[in-house]
Amino acid sequence: MNATKKAVTIYVPRDSTAVSLGADEVAAAITAEAARIGIDVELIRNSSRGMFWLEPLVEVATDAGRIGYGPVQPEDVASLFATGLTHGGEHPLSLHLVEEISYLKNQERLTFARAGITDPVNLADYRAHDGYKGLSNALAMEPAAIIAAVTDSGLRGRGGAAFPAGIKWKTVSGAEGEQKYIVCNGDEGDSGTFADRMVCEGDPFVLIEGMTIAGVAVGATRGYIYLRCEYPYGERALNEAIKAAYAANWLGANIQGSGKHFDLEVRMGAGAYICGEETSLLESLEGKRGMVRFKPPLPAIKGLFGCPTVINNVITLASVPIILDKGSEHYKNFGVGRSRGTLPVQLAGNIKHGGLVEKAFGVSLRDLLYTFGGGALSGRPIRTVQVGGPLGAYIPDSQFDLPLDYEAYAKLNNMVGHGGITVFDDTVDMAEQARFSMEFCATESCGKCTPCRIGSTRGMEVIDRLVAGDQPVKQEALLRDLCDTMLAGSLCALGGMAPFPVLSALNHFPEDFQKSSQQQTPRVRVAS
Amino acid sequence: MATSTFERRSPPIKLAELSSLSAADSAAINAVLARLKNLPGALLPILHGVQEALGHVPKDAVPVIAKSLNLSRAEVHGVISFYHWYRTEKPGEHVLHLCRAEACQAVGGRALEAHVKASLGIDFHETTADGRYTLEPAYCLGNCAVGPSLMIDGALKGRVTADRFDRLTGVTA
Ligand SMILES: Cc1cc2nc3c(=O)[nH]c(=O)nc-3n(C[C@H](O)[C@H](O)[C@H](O)COP(=O)(O)O)c2cc1C
Ligand code: SF4
Ligand code: FES
Repeated sequence: MNATKKAVTIYVPRDSTAVSLGADEVAAAITAEAARIGIDVELIRNSSRGMFWLEPLVEVATDAGRIGYGPVQPEDVASLFATGLTHGGEHPLSLHLVEEISYLKNQERLTFARAGITDPVNLADYRAHDGYKGLSNALAMEPAAIIAAVTDSGLRGRGGAAFPAGIKWKTVSGAEGEQKYIVCNGDEGDSGTFADRMVCEGDPFVLIEGMTIAGVAVGATRGYIYLRCEYPYGERALNEAIKAAYAANWLGANIQGSGKHFDLEVRMGAGAYICGEETSLLESLEGKRGMVRFKPPLPAIKGLFGCPTVINNVITLASVPIILDKGSEHYKNFGVGRSRGTLPVQLAGNIKHGGLVEKAFGVSLRDLLYTFGGGALSGRPIRTVQVGGPLGAYIPDSQFDLPLDYEAYAKLNNMVGHGGITVFDDTVDMAEQARFSMEFCATESCGKCTPCRIGSTRGMEVIDRLVAGDQPVKQEALLRDLCDTMLAGSLCALGGMAPFPVLSALNHFPEDFQKSSQQQTPRVRVAS
Repeated sequence: MATSTFERRSPPIKLAELSSLSAADSAAINAVLARLKNLPGALLPILHGVQEALGHVPKDAVPVIAKSLNLSRAEVHGVISFYHWYRTEKPGEHVLHLCRAEACQAVGGRALEAHVKASLGIDFHETTADGRYTLEPAYCLGNCAVGPSLMIDGALKGRVTADRFDRLTGVTA
């Protein structure tokens, strides 16, 4: 081999969505083909840029920048090499400079600045891309100043409730307790969301850094990441990164000679949606059934094992390092009203360009669905989108111009939640969707409150009778009544918000609940 | 409390006599316990460890785990039954987790679900007669941009059509 000739660097994502579309097979094919034709290749398993319709997206480093090809299948690999993959040659799958792709170029990537660029579990790569700058700054600051920076940035919890992160931290910092904890909520149970998964798999160090900053700020020396068991790829990446961080003294005792101590561990959930609710999550971490606790006391005062606990979502914690690196002003300058910074929006379901769009608050749904998303995957009209997971309302086209902003959404009983947008085309049956919301609530209820536990099953039955045309006026009144009872009589948002998708379907798409009079198509309904 | 009801219903039993655990299973459970029992809140990690080693959490593992953690059998049983992930019956050779959630529904998930059940001839939580597949529902696998989604023994698959399902499993109706 020519000693002066450098190996070509080729990137193939290890992100699980890319893997679900064949990225591992593509990586193997590249290694095999390179060996066959005698080309020296350095294959890096980066994470995804979040342009999932282009996955597996293969990139090659050239003098001009990183050139992309996608979606690549193993059988394309030989022709890619033949047309000059190693120097970014033209090919039918060419995407040219990846960073110039408009989907990516028109985003404001703060939390996801490194997504798809670095090797997720390579600490040196993380540091070469601004990693650990935030913590380095924090270690030189007074804890109160760290908390003030987070408060001033306007960062609100990204897990759904949008509570200001700095205020929560301040409460924990002021609470009495020998031991305090930082708990990361990585349960991400909402359908249509995958931003937490992308952080865990694609940039785990940013989460580790954010949690360490939180620990230093409030005086907590132990942290847990509660990750849902449906995310085995995330578990592996997080554990690799935690091991590397310990080895380089970014975790453990006397971090980088600062005298600060922080230990971190990943704990896996066990397939219960309710364990995303913070008090249920704490019960689960303690080794119990995930029953929701009454509040007060707040977890900030009496949380994990009865100790003061910060519990924040993955994205909330992963947004902290850049705030401590670039300053709260920088972060706060993005956004509108009281919704500051950026939101990693997830485009899911029936959408042509599904993936991650990190944008400053204020962007409209229409922009997200059509400019970024490219419309429905099926090519049919988009009829509705469900925003904010299974407890979020179904939003009709007439509201697509609403700006993404917590307060503007709440005004219409809609929910930004964790930023998941699930798209449906005009073949959707909204009565079926409403019924599923009730079924989901019945399956996942922790069982503590009667309206949630029993009401949801009654809800399914009432919707069945309504759709069958059995005394529809009476059934609709009954359904609305039931929703009121659930709204008012539930301890947490599972029972308390499940009525939102149901009522929004009923209010915006009443015709779907009256079909029995018009047509008699038998529906396949499969009970679980 | 549920604890006492359960205790009342189960008369004291001699574990050594009634346990159907094989020597190998017992050894695996004890190894998991030795490794994890001192963790704070150790029960979930232990149940994961046992299920990973044996494919399920055998009913007779309950008293062993309970004793080691100083919990009642009812408490351990209550935790196992609360979480969808844990199973007490031996699964088939391969475990399929099929996503039933909204983003997958939006791209044909309901039709795929019907196909999967028909071609395997089983419902959720069941195992095929030849012992090859166990089918479980999942409520989102985080693969919502490229559904319908399926996990086969922990390996994620996207854009699963009926055809792709048949190719992945080698099952035809
Ligand atoms: C039924 C239910 C499910 C929830 N699921 C999640 C979840 O999966 N992930 C999450 O971060 N927060 C979830 N939450 C919100 C948490 O209770 C809590 O508000 C959050 O962890 C606080 O972190 P944040 O302030 O950083 O958002 C859920 C709440 C409810 C009521
Ligand atoms: S609303 Fe449902 S999930 Fe929430 S505490 Fe009550 S029963 Fe449990
Ligand atoms: S809804 Fe099926 S993977 Fe998320």
